[in-house]
Amino acid sequence: METDTIAAIATAAGNSGISIIRISGDDAISIADQVFVSKSGMMLSDAASHSMHYGIVRKEQEVIDEAMAVVMRAPKSYTKENTVEIDCHGGMFVTKKVLEAVIGAGARPAEPGEFTKRAFLNGRIDLSEAEAVMDVIRAQNEFALKSAVNQLKGSVSHMIRSVRGDILQEIAYIEAVLDDPEHMSFENYDEELTDKLEGFLDQTEKILRSFENGRMLTEGIKTVILGKPNAGKSSVLNVLLGEERAIVTDIAGTTRDALEETMTLEGLTLRIIDTAGIRKSEDKVEKIGIERAKAYAKDADLVLFVADASTALGDEDDEILKLLEDKKTIVLLNKSDLPPVTTADEIRKLCDYPILSVSAKEKTGVQELGKLLKNLFFKGEISFNDQVYITNIRQKTAIEEAKKSLELVLESINAHVPEDFYTIDLMKAYEEFGKVIGEAVGEDLINEIFGKFCMGK
Amino acid sequence: MNRLEETYDVVVVGAGHAGCEAALACARLGLETIVFTVSVDSIALMPCNPNIGGTSKGHIVREVDALGGEMGKNIDKTFIQSKMLNRSKGPAVHSLRAQADKAEYSRSMRKTLENTEHLTIRQAEVTKLLTKDRQVTGVETYSGAVYHSKAVILCTGTYLRARCIYGDVSTHTGPNGLQAANYLTDSLKELGIEMVRFKTGTPARIDRRSIDFSVMEEQLGDERVTPFSFTTDPEDVQIDQVSCWLTYTNERTHEIIRQNLDRSPLFSGVIEGTGPRYCPSIEDKVVKFADKDRHQVFIEPEGLHTNEMYISGMSSSLPEDVQQAMYRSVKGLENAKIVKNAYAIEYDCIDPRQLNPTLEFKTISGLFCGGQFNGSSGYEEAAGQGLIAGINAARKIMGKEQIILKRSDGYIGVLIDDLVTKENTEPYRMMTSRAEYRLLLRQDNADQRLTPIGHEVGLISDERYEKLLKKQELIRRETERLEHTFVGTKEEVQSLLSSFDSTILNGGCTLADLIRRPELDYEKIASIDKDRPKLPLEVTEQVNINIKYDGYIKRQMRQVEQFRKLEKKKLPQDLDYGQISGLRLEARQKLNLYKPVSIGQASRIAGVSPADISVLLVYMEGKNTI
Repeated sequence: METDTIAAIATAAGNSGISIIRISGDDAISIADQVFVSKSGMMLSDAASHSMHYGIVRKEQEVIDEAMAVVMRAPKSYTKENTVEIDCHGGMFVTKKVLEAVIGAGARPAEPGEFTKRAFLNGRIDLSEAEAVMDVIRAQNEFALKSAVNQLKGSVSHMIRSVRGDILQEIAYIEAVLDDPEHMSFENYDEELTDKLEGFLDQTEKILRSFENGRMLTEGIKTVILGKPNAGKSSVLNVLLGEERAIVTDIAGTTRDALEETMTLEGLTLRIIDTAGIRKSEDKVEKIGIERAKAYAKDADLVLFVADASTALGDEDDEILKLLEDKKTIVLLNKSDLPPVTTADEIRKLCDYPILSVSAKEKTGVQELGKLLKNLFFKGEISFNDQVYITNIRQKTAIEEAKKSLELVLESINAHVPEDFYTIDLMKAYEEFGKVIGEAVGEDLINEIFGKFCMGK
Repeated sequence: MNRLEETYDVVVVGAGHAGCEAALACARLGLETIVFTVSVDSIALMPCNPNIGGTSKGHIVREVDALGGEMGKNIDKTFIQSKMLNRSKGPAVHSLRAQADKAEYSRSMRKTLENTEHLTIRQAEVTKLLTKDRQVTGVETYSGAVYHSKAVILCTGTYLRARCIYGDVSTHTGPNGLQAANYLTDSLKELGIEMVRFKTGTPARIDRRSIDFSVMEEQLGDERVTPFSFTTDPEDVQIDQVSCWLTYTNERTHEIIRQNLDRSPLFSGVIEGTGPRYCPSIEDKVVKFADKDRHQVFIEPEGLHTNEMYISGMSSSLPEDVQQAMYRSVKGLENAKIVKNAYAIEYDCIDPRQLNPTLEFKTISGLFCGGQFNGSSGYEEAAGQGLIAGINAARKIMGKEQIILKRSDGYIGVLIDDLVTKENTEPYRMMTSRAEYRLLLRQDNADQRLTPIGHEVGLISDERYEKLLKKQELIRRETERLEHTFVGTKEEVQSLLSSFDSTILNGGCTLADLIRRPELDYEKIASIDKDRPKLPLEVTEQVNINIKYDGYIKRQMRQVEQFRKLEKKKLPQDLDYGQISGLRLEARQKLNLYKPVSIGQASRIAGVSPADISVLLVYMEGKNTI
């Protein structure tokens, strides 16, 4: 069977105070030893099976978290392979960093459903469960595919497509020369390719940076601001964004028809969907507006309900509260600088959402909102699908691999290795970029060769 | 009714490059074999280019030879110029190409066939395939004669319902004016075999005496010729070689073509077949690469005893008068006299996805096929398939396990796997870029890769096999010695290094470490290697490559290991993929259409995703546990 070592977050992120990173495969224990340092000084490789150890997780010299590590030796584990589970604090950043460290130490991000698949193939799961295993694979894969592509911002996937296309063109050129040496040659090609590679590496670096900045992905807590007209939704949004230094204005019309803003509050990324559009349509046909708000709210991880403290609660507010139902919601009592007409107590009678007084005008309350969010998140009251993390980490790993491969081509050129060797690593880079945008290789190369070069007898 | 009836073990239909290999393989394995051809004079005919080998095709010839086929030996006897292409590049893409004396090539192959025991040559057109309960029982010829057999191998090349076209002239003939085979297609269709129509083309032949070579660039062969066959003594191929010549088209040529495009059957729609992108006609090139102001034209001799010269790079189906004007616009061809017109040829062939990788039809037992009939192009591709079809037909009759060459075994494996697994809309030509493990599939190690298989099959003698084992042992021992021989920083070593602009040593290292340096190799360090044994070139060459590219080779070997795991997992032919709930709809349809033999093959079908493969693995594991 495949016994390379895989890793993933085994718990739904943010759902509990503790997250588990599971590593499974032949090298699971030695990989864990690279990132986990036990307090007692014992290496996990020397530890008994099914023993638990307290220590720290680190990536290079940086300490990421305090954690517990459980060692389970094959075949006594879920997958029947060597397995290490690292229990760390359940924050998304910490969890993600631990996973990244594990992958940096040599594990590969698990494919959707892969633990279950291995458990089955290694005889751990009963035959009657085979069907269920296949369904898990399918469901998780569909989600991963969707999220892989959907979560990429338009600009990032455009950058990847462009550099990938350029790489293919170089492969095609090299292959065309190799295949038709009497019509084409590599004269001055080393210099040319070196220049191009430097360009590719620059772009790859940019893509990686945008990933690290969180700008590559539209990941985050999907947040919708709702409120009746004139409650101050837009002002609240402006205040939120105005407070924030790392604002990214997204490109309209990638996958959504609404304008979306991204901001970070207390280390949490919010994707705020501006429902300004709803207001306009409300003027005309109120129903349409509500339908749209409903649609957004249904999809949201979090709703910010803006109520106007300076006016009495109205039918519109009731309507909104009704459609929120059990959505995770924070009520923002806006215009707290004006004489109060509606108080927090009144709202509390209608719902049990947390309430924050804010003033868009005086720009107060934003910090409190951040703290409240963080609190909710760590209590597991706001979460989002962990598959997104995995997908993202898989994508980042792929881009890093692509970068390494491009660097290897440069090395090959400098070492005067024959040109046909360049395509080995160029192809690898091409494949890795393909993984990020969900595209396989197929007949691309042959088509490119024939499309671009006049070959043959 | 009185008619001729005979019985053989194997019937081979067609005696081109595929048919010859298939027939020879079966007969040499001891089976009574009959090979049909529309004309005995056209055995192993080269109706297009006058060469064997070339990039990636040279690899196939080497592989055919390593398995015990004939093509390599035959070209070694009949070549008139030879060149190792890509010599300045890595060893994986070195490719041997030889100009053949076409008439001699054909004559020599015919002689081999005529002198092979158990082999009968018969001039007749096969018109009907005979079957009973989806099992082949023989063939019928135009005259009504019946030949019973246990297996039939179809190698019909470009002859099925062939039509040759230039301008508005079209003749219902096979290549070079030979008789077409107009009936077999219908018989195959009746059996439910799906046929497609492909097209290819060839340039004009021009009288040598009408060409001005003084304005062209001479193209010489290698000073030291490398033979194709591992059995040929290199000394035997050091002959006087003839030259080829290089000239170019020009703007005037292109203008003539552009002005007459409307008279081309390709552009007017008269030609319905799909042509290969690799061998575009000159009119195709001019249209598609309009920005190029000239194209190369190689003038190649067709043989020693003919004045015909092959005009490589200018195949065409333009009308006669345009052809003449077009060729005469090329420098050196101003007074050219055309002996044979350029033409396009259309023919019937199959969609090869109806085949197993053994080259047997999935739905008709005992029916094998190879060559252009399978939608490929090229003499070498044909020979490779013909050999495998022949081996498997013979083994089927003998009750032995079928041979499937894997993508990691050789170019022939890649070729057949691509044909039976991928959608192919043009005549398939091999290219080195199609071989993902090409660093391992070198032309120089074809014997090490495939001769053991050829020996097991019975086409390689014990003597030849023993020789290979001895060679491998020498390679192993010498590699080991170099990996474990340390050199110090003696003056002698340092001065050798500086003489090659190589960094001098700070401490000791092995001889192998030195060979790995790009600027050094096995030969260059000879003077500091005191205990070097005297070894043949074929051994030291392998040692040098193994050491020099060690890192890359190991990497590919690891990939191959992964690849083989999935190839080993077999899928039953009667599996109904519609029943497997976890598969996506597209995957179910594609898998039901192809019925792949292994999970590995399934993974290469377009439309089958990695998740589908996971599901298949789980499903199969579940079934096996029952």
